[in-house]
Amino acid sequence: MMAQKKVVHPALKIAAVCGALVLFFLILSWGQEHWDAYTVRILNLCGIYIGITLGLNLCNGFTGQFSLGIAGFMAVGAYTAALLTMSPAIKQAVFFIQPLIYPLNSIQWSFLPALLMAAVVSGIVGFLVGAPAIRFRGDYLAITTLGFAEIIRVVFTNIVPITNGALGLKGIPPHTNLMWSWGFALTCIAVMVRLMRTTYGRALKAIREDEVAAEAMGVNLFFHKNLAFVISAMMAGVGGGLLGNLITTIDPNMFRFPLTFTVLMMAVLGGLGSITGTVISAAAVTVALEAFRAIEEPRVILGLSIPGVPGMRMVLFSVALMMVILFYPKGFMGDREFSLDRIKRFAARLSRANTSKQG
Amino acid sequence: MTVEIFLQNVANGITLGSLYALLAIGYTMVYGILRLINFAHGEIFMISTYFAFYGTAIFALPWQVSFALAIVLTALLGVVIERAAYRPLRDAPRISALISAIGVSFLMANLGLVIFGGRPKTFYRPPIFQTPIELGGVRVVALFFVIPLLTAILLIALNYIVYKTKTGLAMRAAQWDFDTARLMGVDVDRAISITFAIGSALAAVGGIMWGLRFAEINPNMGLFPGLKCFIAAVFGGIGNISGAVLGGFILGFGEIMLVAFLPGLAGYRDAFAFVVLILILLVRPTGLLGDKQRVKV
Repeated sequence: MMAQKKVVHPALKIAAVCGALVLFFLILSWGQEHWDAYTVRILNLCGIYIGITLGLNLCNGFTGQFSLGIAGFMAVGAYTAALLTMSPAIKQAVFFIQPLIYPLNSIQWSFLPALLMAAVVSGIVGFLVGAPAIRFRGDYLAITTLGFAEIIRVVFTNIVPITNGALGLKGIPPHTNLMWSWGFALTCIAVMVRLMRTTYGRALKAIREDEVAAEAMGVNLFFHKNLAFVISAMMAGVGGGLLGNLITTIDPNMFRFPLTFTVLMMAVLGGLGSITGTVISAAAVTVALEAFRAIEEPRVILGLSIPGVPGMRMVLFSVALMMVILFYPKGFMGDREFSLDRIKRFAARLSRANTSKQG
Repeated sequence: MTVEIFLQNVANGITLGSLYALLAIGYTMVYGILRLINFAHGEIFMISTYFAFYGTAIFALPWQVSFALAIVLTALLGVVIERAAYRPLRDAPRISALISAIGVSFLMANLGLVIFGGRPKTFYRPPIFQTPIELGGVRVVALFFVIPLLTAILLIALNYIVYKTKTGLAMRAAQWDFDTARLMGVDVDRAISITFAIGSALAAVGGIMWGLRFAEINPNMGLFPGLKCFIAAVFGGIGNISGAVLGGFILGFGEIMLVAFLPGLAGYRDAFAFVVLILILLVRPTGLLGDKQRVKV
């Protein structure tokens, strides 16, 4: 028998969501104090990568503009947040080759404005990269954005008075905690869910399906592609800032192509074009990446010392990526979403099938 | 800058240009026929150097045999990669094929790390290539003449294959349109396999000469020369073999000259190619020698 569709009062819904959020953050703030450091670190990484991967998915999955520049935007955000949050004394100690330029060497912001600034700066860089790059399609966009990310990295290696060159920044205050990283993840999820319900979101999906047709329907290609690109860059920038303030040291070589590959892998495995798929896959891959770290380290089992195999993790993950793209090209979720309604419908279908069998 | 140093830089530029040209041909041929950036091409190049390295170092083969074997094995590797990773996706969206290519590239780079180890290896350099030759007051080793010469010979051979043989005709037909080519009795799959074999063999020649030139090989050496050579191919006009060669030479030469004349910009050397790419795509997307882009629908 069919369950009668109950109408839930909207105020009740909002109250339930708020309650869940409060409970969630209470658990996180308790966990920050009581869980061991390793767990907290991995959970932090999960939150950060969920946000970054959603950003990549907005551009690559929902809009179909295959960009490979995410590591560059993460670098911009990480450096912005780090330079704004480090104390002047530490800056002076870190920049021993060439002193930091004037306004940056004497300021110290708190974390939230620094992250917002990271979003703004990486958004601007995103626009500067995106405006010329999004004219290209497919492979050309991929290689151009990859090129821009590489240019950003090379520039960061060379402007020593701002970035301290190849030595990178050390002693970044460890501001990032579970509330920040998961707050970021939830903000990104909320932005994506809301965005996809607006006309902007539909226009982006229209561009993915067919650019020419979308343009014929009056979708402004330049504006919408840039919108996706800039929001994606901003998410990557804030994610980069959180990452920098989590691991407390950054250098330009962190932000090379393998980082982009990792994020891309999370998006592809979860399904390009699915928010829930991305969330699940980003968290799962982050945990798996940490869990498999053991393979790469030497260890002793039953008196036998087994040397670590560096690179083995990425071999496994590349194989997983290849398998998914060859045999299950839509990834874990495709462009579908996972929701309670869906489960309810599924349960209803099951029970209906059962009753009809009995009857 | 003295004349000697300048001439030394010219020699360096020509050598690097030749190596880039050999790699760029593989990119341009594959892109021409499949419309796909073969991200794995750089790794094919990397693995070829290891084939040659292990041939001489472990199996103690004479270098001639080892190098020849490396070229054959690399050609096979290219064909296998196409079979396994690109053929199943031929009718899928191009982005899937691109992701697959990136996946293969990463898989091979990391497999290289696992199998060959991360520490750079010293490539065996037969003494014959190190014979010093004095020319106009500049002393260079024979290798500097061997590399451009060999590149030129291979190019002539390649041009013969592509423009004078039936196989080449099949490859060019497949480049134009798969279905029409099939209707004309062309075995498209075979043409694509041959394209990969030739491209990979040239990459192997480039890889071996890279080893001879720079003496050190490591599993991460593939990605960036690979990307640069793709850029060289775009620069010359993608799909056009002479264009790839021209692009390779200009890029290699430009890189050396940038460092030679503007040493202050030496740190930006790795970004140079990408700046070139962005400029060329903005100004002349078809490249120097490219014909009008055909949009395959």
